[in-house]
Amino acid sequence: METLKLIGAFITLAGSIFLLLGSIGLLRMPDSYNRIQAGTKASTLGTILSFAGLLLVMPGWWGKLLILIIAVIITNPVSSHVLARASHRIRVPLTRTTLVDKYQEEEEYIAHDQNQET
Amino acid sequence: MVNTILITALGFMMLSVVLSIVRFMKGPSYTDRVIAFDVMTIASLAIIAVIAYLSGRIIYLDIAMVYGILSFLGVLVVARYLEKGL
Repeated sequence: METLKLIGAFITLAGSIFLLLGSIGLLRMPDSYNRIQAGTKASTLGTILSFAGLLLVMPGWWGKLLILIIAVIITNPVSSHVLARASHRIRVPLTRTTLVDKYQEEEEYIAHDQNQET
Repeated sequence: MVNTILITALGFMMLSVVLSIVRFMKGPSYTDRVIAFDVMTIASLAIIAVIAYLSGRIIYLDIAMVYGILSFLGVLVVARYLEKGL
C-alpha cells in the first residue's frame, strides 16, 4: 500500500515537470502557433499525469478524479484547435522560418474553385 | 515521504503558473495572451487537486471541475469573438 502511494507521488511529480516544461515552451517558442502546440499538449499530459498519480495516492477519490481526467481530455484539444483557427483567420503572423501553410493553400484552392464555377 | 514529494510537485506547478503569467503580460498578440491564460488555468487545476489531497477534503475537487469548465468556456468565447463569429 505504501509503495503504491510512493509510485503515485512520483507520477504526480512527473506531471508537474511536464507542466513546467510546457510553460517554458510558452516563453521560448518563436510564434503563436508554436506556443499553442507547446503549451496545450504539454499541459494536457501534465494534468492527466497529476490526476492519475493522485488516483494512486488516494484510491477512494476515483470517481471525481476520473471525471476530471475525462473533462481535461475532451476540452483541452478543442480549445487549442478553436484558438489556432481563430488566430489564422485574423492573420496572426507566422515566424519567418515557416515552410508550409496547408490551411492557407486550401483556402486559396477553395476560392479558386468557386471562381471557376461562377 | 509522500507529502514531501507532493509539495515539491506543488512548487513546480506554481512556477509554471508564474512563467505563464510572464507570457500573459508580454504577449505580442491576442492569441498569446489567451493561450497563456489557458495554460495558467490548466496548471491551477492540478494545483487545486494536490491541495485537496494535502488538506484531505474531497469537496475541493468539485471546485476544480467548475474551474476547468469555466476556463474552457472562456477560451472558447474569446476565440469566437476574435473570429468575429459572436
